[in-house]
Amino acid sequence: MKRFDLRNAEEFFFKSLMLTTTVLVACCALFIVGVITQKGLSSLSFEMLTQTPKGGFYLGKEGGILNAIVGSLLLAGGATAIALSISIPIAIYLNVYTKKNSWLAHLTRTSLDVMCGIPSIVYGAFGFTLMLTLGLRTSLLAGMITVACLILPILCRGIDESLRMTPKEMIHASYSLGATRSETALKVVLRQGFPGLLSAVLMAFGRGIGDSASVLFTAGFSDAVPTSLSQPVATLPLAIFFQLGTPFPEVRSRAYASAFVLTVMILFISLLARLLVRKLHRHVIK
Amino acid sequence: MQPPKPESRTHIQTKNLSVYYKNTLALNNISVEIPDRAITAIIGPSGCGKSTLLRSFNRMIDTFDETTVRGSVLVDGEDIFSSKVDVTRIRKKMGLLSQRPSPLPMSIFENVAYGPKIHGMRNRQQLEVLVQKNLQIAGLWDEVKDRLNESAASLSIGQQQRLCLARGLAVEPEIILADEPTSALDPISTRHIEGKLHELKDRYTIVIVTHLLRQARRLADYVVFMYLGELIECGPAAQVFEHPKEQRTQDHIKGVIS
Amino acid sequence: MTVVELRALKLRIKPNFKPVNWRLITEAIFGNLMLVLTLLSSLLVVVIGLLLFQKCLPILETHSWAELLFSSSWFPLKGDFGFSPFILGTTWVTAIAAIIAVPTSLLTAIFLTEYSKKKMRTLMNPLLDLLAGIPSIVYGMWGVLIVVPSIKAFAATVFKISISGYSVLAAGIVLAVMIFPAIISVTLQVLTGVPVELRHASLALGATQWQTIKKVVLRKALPGVIAASILGVTRAFGETMAVLMVAGNVARAPHSVFDPAYPLPALIANNYGEMLSIPLYDSALLLGALILFLVVLFFNGLARLVLIRIEKRGF
Repeated sequence: MKRFDLRNAEEFFFKSLMLTTTVLVACCALFIVGVITQKGLSSLSFEMLTQTPKGGFYLGKEGGILNAIVGSLLLAGGATAIALSISIPIAIYLNVYTKKNSWLAHLTRTSLDVMCGIPSIVYGAFGFTLMLTLGLRTSLLAGMITVACLILPILCRGIDESLRMTPKEMIHASYSLGATRSETALKVVLRQGFPGLLSAVLMAFGRGIGDSASVLFTAGFSDAVPTSLSQPVATLPLAIFFQLGTPFPEVRSRAYASAFVLTVMILFISLLARLLVRKLHRHVIK
Repeated sequence: MQPPKPESRTHIQTKNLSVYYKNTLALNNISVEIPDRAITAIIGPSGCGKSTLLRSFNRMIDTFDETTVRGSVLVDGEDIFSSKVDVTRIRKKMGLLSQRPSPLPMSIFENVAYGPKIHGMRNRQQLEVLVQKNLQIAGLWDEVKDRLNESAASLSIGQQQRLCLARGLAVEPEIILADEPTSALDPISTRHIEGKLHELKDRYTIVIVTHLLRQARRLADYVVFMYLGELIECGPAAQVFEHPKEQRTQDHIKGVIS
Repeated sequence: MTVVELRALKLRIKPNFKPVNWRLITEAIFGNLMLVLTLLSSLLVVVIGLLLFQKCLPILETHSWAELLFSSSWFPLKGDFGFSPFILGTTWVTAIAAIIAVPTSLLTAIFLTEYSKKKMRTLMNPLLDLLAGIPSIVYGMWGVLIVVPSIKAFAATVFKISISGYSVLAAGIVLAVMIFPAIISVTLQVLTGVPVELRHASLALGATQWQTIKKVVLRKALPGVIAASILGVTRAFGETMAVLMVAGNVARAPHSVFDPAYPLPALIANNYGEMLSIPLYDSALLLGALILFLVVLFFNGLARLVLIRIEKRGF
């Protein structure tokens, strides 16, 4: 006679429930990508990728989204560059200069972690007030600064985590050869953490490309590819948003295609991050 | 306790050296002299402060958190814990071999060239000569001469330790500090490293920390025996091993305490 | 002369001529520069808060907090700024998202750590990355294309009511899917932190796997699991574009899940254009941003503190 029937029933019930939720989550991911691909591919054309909007583009006339693609790349690239130049010194400081239980390191890490959770619309509002305070207009530069603030915590913590993996012995080996802390940081710690650093950069870049709420106030929108930092710039997410907002089916189907392009770009970046990390592990000491 | 003076010249000297980690006493009032151009082995059971003593010779102890150092360490008569001293210059004088080899994340060549480059050597030819010379001294040249640009991670662990030796020698130190340098190695690699240390003792002051009594017997000219953070006995190896003065040294050598 | 004195003499005779040690100067400059940057970055949170607060001052001077938070009259042209409908809208939407996402994510995370084989995990990881990587505008589009029509059809067939589909429920569902990866990944970290020995101890006493999870693993991991859920839900709370696209945006407090709502982030995003043309309007919208900021700051800070404590204690 089986004795623990109830227990086994409970076990079976929860196990099936958990399997169901896991499959559900997996299906959501596949479903979303499936819908975007199916809708997007059917209205994607070569002209869309290579032309800027012509007159009446938002009424269904000729043109493409080149302005938004280039704009997004410029904006996210510039923002990543700004954030990176701040993040690397901070991550080095946290890992090479502070002691193990330094209050400053704790404070900085906690504050960056909390900043990761602040909604992008708040960064947008902050960027907007900052822009007014600095006397800027909606422009590529204002957008870059805003997005840089948005991705700074992500980038900084990402690099921090990858530098944190550096074995203590390796740092000590460098010190014992008479290297200073800055030399050790630049030549040993950054080198050991380079793959992780690169993947953090790519992730931040992807986040910068995909974000829309923060650039709504600050980057403006333009049908032309910007030629200077002070010009407004179109971004892919906002282009999708505006195209979806029109009542014309042709324009809306272009939005699907744009969304497909954006998704592919972001997936490509995250795939690239994984591949590069694997390739660059050559000099990393395990 | 005043240890008996070794006959050779003194290279490193500690005076009433005490080290605390947080509030625990790791070294208690150690005064010892390390002679020039000989192998000195620091022996004792684990946790007796052997490594701490070694770390205070090149001030690596600074890199550990919440340590307090009292007393002084003199290298060539200069107090290295004085605030005016440039630590990097002190450390350049000493090569360090750690328990596990710690190659740097770069190629074999770059590993050896790292120190000289940091200390200002830019000439590529000079560097090449230096790298070859030190890899030869460490007995690794023949194994790696065709793959100097490969990652140091591709070497076996025994080869990595010899690479670390070559890297340490490349900054032209006067002293080699070795903290249980063979504990992670297989017997053959161990013999390799021990042989190298033996060859090098004519030119360098070598301090080796080991918990292996037989290794100390094989290598050491002088022995420092420590127990629970205190210096128990030191002197020429033959004397300490054959006629220890202290009961605790005897016990340790016979294996009663370990 | 002793050896020590001899060596000292040698040092004096042959002094080490080094005019300026650039290496040490570089080192000092580097260190201080990085210290300044680190301090600034940890102050950025404060700067954001203060700057927003300063811009909110005009409206705070003319309107009381009670009026702003609890009044439901929103007529910017008349100078009426009652945030109540928007705050309620946000609350409804976030609550629906939490009800769907928290149990689903937790069960999935438990399944992945406790039951599934390695193959399943390596299969799920890229999918979770995928979910985390999809931009919110694309989620919004998916919501408009799939979720909104489905809800419309569902309401029509089951409840026999005719609605547009743009509703609290649509926004909640889209948000729930968006925060799956956030909750799952943090919960995975927390669960893998529970030592294997604990599980073995319980299993060795004859407990079933589910009993072990329920009584040992989850009990041990509870603070972390709660923190993970809070982190995920606050993300839903501040999410903008996707919500803006599917929530319906009617400035009235919703009464059922099929009613449209106008969450706070959507309000801010939707009105940026005319923000500067109506007096006090910009100040009011930035007050909305400040409210979002403060709420997120509070809950996120709380969750982070819990996670830090767990990390320190190491279970």
